[in-house]
Amino acid sequence: MPSPPDIPDGAPVGRDSEAPLPASRRTSNAFGSPGTDSTVKRVDLNDALIRHPDATFAMRAAGGAMAGAGVGDGDVLLVDRAVAAAHGAVVIAVVDGDLLCRRLDIAGGRAATSRIVRLVAEDDATPPITITSDTPLEVWGVVTTVIKSLTF
Amino acid sequence: MYALVDGNNFYVSCDRVFQPRLVGKPVVVLSSNDGACIARSNEAKDLGVKMAQPWFQVKHLERQGLIAVSANHELYGDMSARMMAVEARYAPRQEIYSVDESFLDFTGVRDDLVATGRAMRAAILMETGLPTSVGFGATKTLAKLANHVGKTADRKPGSYPSALAQVCDFSHLAPHELDAVFAATEVGSVWGVGKKINERLKAGGVHSVLDLVRADAATLRSQFSVVLEKTLLELRGTPCMEVDDAPAPRQQILVSRSFGTPITHVDGIIESVSEFTSRTAERLRAQGSVAGAIGIFFMTSPFRQSDRQHSVNVTMPLVRPTADSAILVSAAVAAVRAQFRPGFKYDKAGAVLTELRPADQVVQGELDLFSEPADAEATPAEGSRAKLMSAMDALNLRFGRDSVRLGSTAAASSGAELRAWATKQERRSPRYTTRWNEMPVVRAR
Repeated sequence: MPSPPDIPDGAPVGRDSEAPLPASRRTSNAFGSPGTDSTVKRVDLNDALIRHPDATFAMRAAGGAMAGAGVGDGDVLLVDRAVAAAHGAVVIAVVDGDLLCRRLDIAGGRAATSRIVRLVAEDDATPPITITSDTPLEVWGVVTTVIKSLTF
Repeated sequence: MYALVDGNNFYVSCDRVFQPRLVGKPVVVLSSNDGACIARSNEAKDLGVKMAQPWFQVKHLERQGLIAVSANHELYGDMSARMMAVEARYAPRQEIYSVDESFLDFTGVRDDLVATGRAMRAAILMETGLPTSVGFGATKTLAKLANHVGKTADRKPGSYPSALAQVCDFSHLAPHELDAVFAATEVGSVWGVGKKINERLKAGGVHSVLDLVRADAATLRSQFSVVLEKTLLELRGTPCMEVDDAPAPRQQILVSRSFGTPITHVDGIIESVSEFTSRTAERLRAQGSVAGAIGIFFMTSPFRQSDRQHSVNVTMPLVRPTADSAILVSAAVAAVRAQFRPGFKYDKAGAVLTELRPADQVVQGELDLFSEPADAEATPAEGSRAKLMSAMDALNLRFGRDSVRLGSTAAASSGAELRAWATKQERRSPRYTTRWNEMPVVRAR
């Protein structure tokens, strides 16, 4: 591991209060401390990624059938129940009492009778599920974000 | 105008959000020791499961499809917070009354309340997945009764007009319609009419809500209480209870639990009572109070009729009010030693702190007059005890419950029976929304 650039080799690092801080880490008094300005707020992923906090749930994907939509095995999904599911959305649907991740595909005319609703996987192997009056569609929520960890 | 919003079979509904296969099935939620049914789905109610019924009495219904899950209070707490937040958007003031109930104050709101109620119910269902019932009335007692009517009309079609199902607004009804609803509703359904009052009212010929509404207020006050008179006035539309924004500090703190398996040895009782006392002391310090007395109890199971029965319930005044775990626990342990009798299968124990008052109101004049000066020197000074207690609380908060505890609680001993009282939760679902490693898994294959 390389040392942080502003600490010279051999300089005391850590909790030794006697050691002077490197100049670049000292806070300048002349211009005030930007860290104490209450109007400055560090980026918060909750604010950035979650539009409806009371209606958003984290879920983990198991399986690779949605790889084409960017959802890998083990990825964390943010699922928002407050947004309406439209054609093309990646959704969590309730199928046979199970929570299933698929893309919502709506084809055909505006009239409900001529509409064809399917839950489509995003790989080459998994067949789509066609929604009929026997298997009514129940959308649990809409996937708004995929969190993909690259390190662990 | 008030609304009462109430989650339908709330705990069951929370588990169903994340386990859709439980929808439409008879489901009960068991208390934290898996001892009693504390929530029932409508299907479980139809199978005849009663509220608070011990699990072993209904276990045979598993053959008829009954599913039992252990209480998952972390999940219920978070789902409650979500539900309450959605509700709060619909009214200027909200009083959260319990984990699944809140009063909304619609005073000054001119909208069509039934339409508002339906929109709110739909939003809660969409955003949290939880079904609710909404009752509107001119008083809190009427709102609570309207909620009961709305829930019953939904669950038992034909019991009330179907227009009242799910969202029920009493202020919308003509006088003769309201009378018909009151006549069809048992007086025991009214908020504040408990089992005993209900029996006495019925003995006096008051069976329905309508009978109660038509009773004489002065007679009720003289024969029952001012409280029942207030209930009557509320049913007639005169508000006697406000939406409290700040609940009063708790007047007692109680922690009790049934054991997973019965305890026969004194050490097991000492250990559990010590543990419960520590919990009460933590809560006491968290609210900035001290206790003037501590009570402990332990008892055999009244449901096991074949067992010999023994029940202990003693209260000990403290020489001076305290929030010190060590003092409270040693008082509790002394009481257990004095009261314990061998040969019984103890099933439940608890500790309760009473005579609570703010810590800063305890004056020096109340200091211990009975102990010798030598005693006073032997015990560490007050200030350092308070520091020890807050250090314990801080460590347990930071590193997890029970990182630090007193010698007589569980860490000090071992053996199967000694840990037997620890919460048994064999069927608990994952804490889906509060633990990163327990989030729901969705099928993507």
